[in-house]
Amino acid sequence: MTMGPRPLAWLKSRLPSGRTLVIGTPFVFLLVFFMVPFVAVLIISFADPQMSVPPYTPIAEFRDGYLRITLSLEHYRAVLTDSLYIGSYLYSVEVAALTTVLCLLIGYPACYLIARSSPSKRNLLLMAVMLPFWTSYLIRVYAWIGLLKNQGLINHFLHWLHLIDQPLKLYHNNAGLLIGMVYNYLPYLMLPLYAHFVKLDTTLLEAARVLGARPWQAFFTITVPMSKRAVIAASLLVFIPAVGEYVIPEILGGSNSLMIGRVMWDDFFVNTDWPSASAATGAMVLLLLLPMAWFQRLQKREIGSP
Amino acid sequence: MPNRPTPADTLRPSRPPAPDSEPDFVQLIDVVKKFGATTAVDHVSLSVRRKELFALLGSSGCGKSTLLRLMAGLETPDAGRIVVDGQDITQLPPYQRPVNMMFQSYALFPHMTVEANAAYGLKREGAPRQEIKERVGAALDLVQMSQYAKRKPHQLSGGQQQRAALARSLVKRPKLLLLDEPMSALDKKIRQQTQFELGNILYSVGVTCVLVTHDQEEAMTMADRLAVMNEGRIIQVGTPNEVYEAPTSRFAAEFIGSTNLFEASLAGDESRLFNCKDLEVPLQVHNPMNARMNLAVQISLRPERITLTFEPVDQPTNWAVGTIEQYAYMGSYTLYYVRLKSGRVMAVDMSQLAVRALPRPPDYGDTVYLSWGSDHLVVLTR
Repeated sequence: MTMGPRPLAWLKSRLPSGRTLVIGTPFVFLLVFFMVPFVAVLIISFADPQMSVPPYTPIAEFRDGYLRITLSLEHYRAVLTDSLYIGSYLYSVEVAALTTVLCLLIGYPACYLIARSSPSKRNLLLMAVMLPFWTSYLIRVYAWIGLLKNQGLINHFLHWLHLIDQPLKLYHNNAGLLIGMVYNYLPYLMLPLYAHFVKLDTTLLEAARVLGARPWQAFFTITVPMSKRAVIAASLLVFIPAVGEYVIPEILGGSNSLMIGRVMWDDFFVNTDWPSASAATGAMVLLLLLPMAWFQRLQKREIGSP
Repeated sequence: MPNRPTPADTLRPSRPPAPDSEPDFVQLIDVVKKFGATTAVDHVSLSVRRKELFALLGSSGCGKSTLLRLMAGLETPDAGRIVVDGQDITQLPPYQRPVNMMFQSYALFPHMTVEANAAYGLKREGAPRQEIKERVGAALDLVQMSQYAKRKPHQLSGGQQQRAALARSLVKRPKLLLLDEPMSALDKKIRQQTQFELGNILYSVGVTCVLVTHDQEEAMTMADRLAVMNEGRIIQVGTPNEVYEAPTSRFAAEFIGSTNLFEASLAGDESRLFNCKDLEVPLQVHNPMNARMNLAVQISLRPERITLTFEPVDQPTNWAVGTIEQYAYMGSYTLYYVRLKSGRVMAVDMSQLAVRALPRPPDYGDTVYLSWGSDHLVVLTR
């Protein structure tokens, strides 16, 4: 009789199983590379800026036998009362909401029709939706300048058609900002919506028609309500990153297109006011958690239903 | 399951045969439907009586489902006309037809309760709220689903889903109800019970029904008349009894039940005798065949119509001798495969009573004599 296998078995029972490892890996990754920096940002949001490296005061100090923890709520107060922050928050939400609605108006019918087309055509169209991802994001946004500016392709074309005398103002203003946002976020909305529509059982629509529904009635009583959850999921996928978008308003938006991403950038890199930027970040995460929590509740309530 | 009727309750009530005054209540006239190069429905003409339960029976791809979809208006025919109660509905969209359909998957709307599902059709019609409530309530009562009115489809069992779908398709009182494979989504065990229940509900409502199935038992249990379909064509129309007892073609004989088919030729002009190379003695049929000598036909003989004995048969025709090659105990009967001298194998079904009447149960290798009456032979010229 040997004692050999026993410690091995003990060790084995203590080690995580392969299943746990596979599921756990992305969580460990997120913990290390997202949660830890995020907590660091939250800590900084309670400090004060100062000219040093790093450019903020420590929140905990140990001196003369005293542990002093200094939490400054000043930056949160500023973020929540300063009209610059509030204005840019509201503006960001407004732009993100408009982007989402426009994406839905364009993407929803398109996805529905793509999912209803023949399988070979379907894949081709889906490929076309994803085609922009093959080029660098920044290059694509820059390319829009060439299209939108006063002497750009769009204005040239419209002028050539004698539709306009004066160039349309599409660049460095809200129109350009929205065009760029919708263009960029449309695929993120379309992919989950398409996945929903392609699974939709078409016999349900046939059943509706046999029961006396005209095609448009079947669409609004069956297709639309059944897509509610997919619409919400796809909208959040657009809305949440759109709120914090920095590059598109910076390049295509006007000087008054002050979104929260731009304010944070300025705080971090121009004003070197890390605590204010961190507080703005913390407030934004809180702001975005609300729709997420609402969606989670909705999903929980409808769990089990197909 | 509460309120489930006992089998005695669910036996089909006898009902008067469909009145012959309206034999063409539903009429399909030379209907053709092509999908690309394939012809799914090939010049089909069919009449269904008012209040009749009519089955389209065939294997998958025979065109029966396409025929049903043509009646529902989910497909439009390339040629031909469809008439319901004197109204030509060929060109009407599905939502304007006096026709309803219960789908194979039931197609209940998953985001609506049973009640809302049943009310859907009436709402599209713009019926007053009170009337909708009453008619939905009556329909749910009829299928014993009232206590599940507030449930969503995913909270129901298969049988309950079927009844909810039935209520939904009956609530608008269609002139013609189409049932697409109504039992295929149910467990085999509850299927037969459900067939009787469904038949009862349909009879009590008095709706004209066309049902599609690949299951001959289902067709024979539920239908007053059935049509056997193959490759887009109707092979034979008749009552289950007629189609089983007097098939008019080889396909019908083989599709409904199983049978022994003999290649035979008429022994003389207008004769009752047929020669068959598989058999040592001629086959003698009941009625003389009004045709010339040597006419080649198929003769069908059902396995359960054959008598198996150990003693030689004393008759000049309609018998064979062979050895038992295989047998299978099937519960209510035993199936024997008997190899004749010619090498031909015949299937014989014997009820357990008939097996017990023999001095001993037949076994492998036994020499046995098979005989049958002339009235059990069916001559097939197609």
